[in-house]
Amino acid sequence: MSDLTSVAERVIQRATKKGATAADVLIREEDTFAVTVRMSEVETLKQAISRGMLLRVFVGKRTAASNSSDLSDAAIDRLVDETVSMAALTSEDESGGLPDPSLFATNFPNLDLLDSKWETLPPEQRIDLAVRAESASLKADKRIVNSEGGGFDYSRTRTVLGNTAGFVGQYEGTGAALYAAPVAQSGNGMQRDYWMSVTRHFSKLESAEAIGLKAADRALRRLGARKVSTCEVPVVFDPMSARSLVGHVFQAVAGDSIYRRSSFLVDEIDKTVASPNVTIVDDARLPGGLGSRPFDDEGVPTQSTPIIDQGVLRNYLHTAYSARKLGSRPTGNGSRAATGSVTIGPNNFFLKAGEYSPEEIISSVKHGLYIVELIGFGVNGVTGDYSRGAVGLWIEDGKLTYPVQEITIAGNLRQMLRDFDMIGNDLTFFGPVASPTVKIGKMVVSGE
Amino acid sequence: MQSPKTKSIFFDQFNITTGDLEAYLSEALSRGGDYADLYFEYRINHSVVFEEQIVKSATKGVNLGVGVRVISGEKTGYAYSADLDRENVLKAARTAAFIANASSQGGKLGVPSPIDLQNNLYSIPVQPADLEIERKLRLLGEADQAARAYDSRIKQVQASYVDETKHVLIASSDGQCVWDVQPLVRLNVMCVAEENGQRQSGYQGAGGRRSIDIFEGDISPKGLAVEAARQAILQLRAINAPAGPMEVVLGPGWPGILLHEAIGHGLEADFNRKGTSAFAGLVGQKVASELCTVVDDGTIPFRRGSLNVDDEGNPTHQTVLIEKGILTGYLQDKLSSKLMKTPVTGNGRRQSFDHIPLPRMTNTFMMAGESDPHDIIKSVRKGLYAVHFGGGQVDITSGKFVFSASEAYLIEDGKVTTPVKGATLIGDGPTVLRQVSMVGNDLQLDQGVGICGKEGQSIPVGVGLPTIKIQEITVGGTEK
Repeated sequence: MSDLTSVAERVIQRATKKGATAADVLIREEDTFAVTVRMSEVETLKQAISRGMLLRVFVGKRTAASNSSDLSDAAIDRLVDETVSMAALTSEDESGGLPDPSLFATNFPNLDLLDSKWETLPPEQRIDLAVRAESASLKADKRIVNSEGGGFDYSRTRTVLGNTAGFVGQYEGTGAALYAAPVAQSGNGMQRDYWMSVTRHFSKLESAEAIGLKAADRALRRLGARKVSTCEVPVVFDPMSARSLVGHVFQAVAGDSIYRRSSFLVDEIDKTVASPNVTIVDDARLPGGLGSRPFDDEGVPTQSTPIIDQGVLRNYLHTAYSARKLGSRPTGNGSRAATGSVTIGPNNFFLKAGEYSPEEIISSVKHGLYIVELIGFGVNGVTGDYSRGAVGLWIEDGKLTYPVQEITIAGNLRQMLRDFDMIGNDLTFFGPVASPTVKIGKMVVSGE
Repeated sequence: MQSPKTKSIFFDQFNITTGDLEAYLSEALSRGGDYADLYFEYRINHSVVFEEQIVKSATKGVNLGVGVRVISGEKTGYAYSADLDRENVLKAARTAAFIANASSQGGKLGVPSPIDLQNNLYSIPVQPADLEIERKLRLLGEADQAARAYDSRIKQVQASYVDETKHVLIASSDGQCVWDVQPLVRLNVMCVAEENGQRQSGYQGAGGRRSIDIFEGDISPKGLAVEAARQAILQLRAINAPAGPMEVVLGPGWPGILLHEAIGHGLEADFNRKGTSAFAGLVGQKVASELCTVVDDGTIPFRRGSLNVDDEGNPTHQTVLIEKGILTGYLQDKLSSKLMKTPVTGNGRRQSFDHIPLPRMTNTFMMAGESDPHDIIKSVRKGLYAVHFGGGQVDITSGKFVFSASEAYLIEDGKVTTPVKGATLIGDGPTVLRQVSMVGNDLQLDQGVGICGKEGQSIPVGVGLPTIKIQEITVGGTEK
């Protein structure tokens, strides 16, 4: 790791020498392995080490950023020089600059991000995991006739951050995903679905066989899906689809959406914006969490930030920049865009589990819809207007009945959050943004 | 015809020799693969953001690397090096070679002999990488002013400019060796309008495989800004969109995203080779009304989705996907065309050197028909007229697709009336084009801002459409 630290130091020294009054650089090295299999045979195998440098410089109150995959001395020196020159051509921005130096910490807790067990798995065993997951889905039922495949992805990522205020920090983490995506067929068409397990730790990985079976079940229950008549009914989202709803809340509380006034949650701090069942946090310090990290991409120590507490909006999420714009404090959500600029990203941003089992939630619905997948981008973050394509199962008298497709669900996120009537006890992380099962009191289902 | 460059930057500046190419390909086939190729990439990106009436940021990116692919039967091995160091490229070649079954004999290695391209679809005065930042700032300042001047209710304006200059060199074990320099520029304007505590946004962008001169002549930053501001203001008086199936008229240009989602993805050869597409096995069958002829054309000069050669080194084509309603073909890359024993169509594309090429679209559009667009609207008693869209998505296997209108109006008694809020339209790919009952004579290609995602890879694409009428499609609003 020391070589990355020395690259960071070289960049910072060069930037200072060329006239930058402040700068920070993030260097990431990623060791990746990805295999996809299909019909029990390896389809693609990809392995590489990638590196990237993300630099931000300030010349007084002016700023510029850059990125490079080429970490050779010559390439870096040239790019640092150009970045400093570019900064001089931008405008003065009173809110610009590195985070306040008093924020930088030197001691960080061990967040359990790394599992060295993965390194003991040779490529053959990694391939075997993918083969077993897909095979389990293929063998699950004779109506599973085809497959988009299965796969195993693994990466080990080192992150080093340095700045002109003397901060140098580093951390390392592992992450893996195992998945299967079978195709089921019946007289009236094909359906695919998938299941996956995503984790930093080998011991937390769901068994390949369980993943394959769950994926097969999900594909099979979609066979024979049809439209329903246009109606207004309660809608239950499974954790896989519900996480997108939580993602829309993240976008709406991101400090940059707030200072641009392009969020449906502008000017709502300390107001009731959701049902009292709703508590959402951004917690970067969950041990082993997929979105956990000791400090953010501009060096601010991470924390646990309450977002919505029993329906009341408590905080927006901030970088140093958005915090200055809005007279608040950075929350450890700085995230580097591919350009090198700092934007706002989620840590572990999730809706806290409630008290109901998914079965109890479904059984509370007389006529309604259980959603298993959402498609499309019909969400307006400025107004909260919501309209997306959906696939699911019709609920009749508290029971899942026939599958449904080629329908949309629509509403407005402001009202939808108030209608979060029941929250499941099945919070599941497929990524940093997560949710349990959720029931929304009513939405418009558009179909026949 | 002028060729893009008499010599590639990889030979001139990075000192790659044909001997190197041969050595890398030979290493890639050392365990007996059928085929290997190398994709060298040197990409320079710039961006400038103008917001709150100041130049907020400027960025530059440099990406350099080479991807090595080895194909053995249906298997693909892939590795890359993020520098051009000989040892690292050889190591990547050995890693990619791992896929091949060491017992087989190994493919033959043709000696790559570099050739100049005959045509250049994007012959431009100066590459975006060499532009002065001042020219970009001037455009953004003009856009900002125009948007604010449009209406006092416009409270926020964000104008951004991005460009890319991508040098590629592609060499393969079948003796192919080509290079290209691919420019790409784009200008976006986003506005937020505010009135009585209500906020709405509007967006407009444009671009293509051009240099900045596109915004100093053909497309004005002012025009884009006024359009973004107009949409934001219009939305302030939009009513809830209707819910349920109805007659829908799509305006020309960007609504061609319908074709991209409904049929384009479903016709990518990989899904059809594997039998996972709802279109698998439908070649020769009627999938659309006779009014519909749909093509994918990567050869239109200066378009965002166009390429001299695809990312496997094959020249791009005009491929007819649907001819007068009959499904005629798929979009092929090298692997699928070999396995399906059909010719390549120049649709093998990848995001960058660290990605495996896949069959992808270029510019996908419907040919013009004969109807007057006014007559099309006049023919509708009660329906929706949708002219601007956000994104779309498709489930290849079930064939169900969505695309979301961001500017739409009710049609009442043959007249366009009240604007409605954004709503998602959902339909079935293999059957939706059978519902096309009128096709306008006003084919337009989009403004050049499309991005297509597949298996985690984003690439620039184009779409196009004349005004069309769809007899029935489900509109996902909230008014029952």
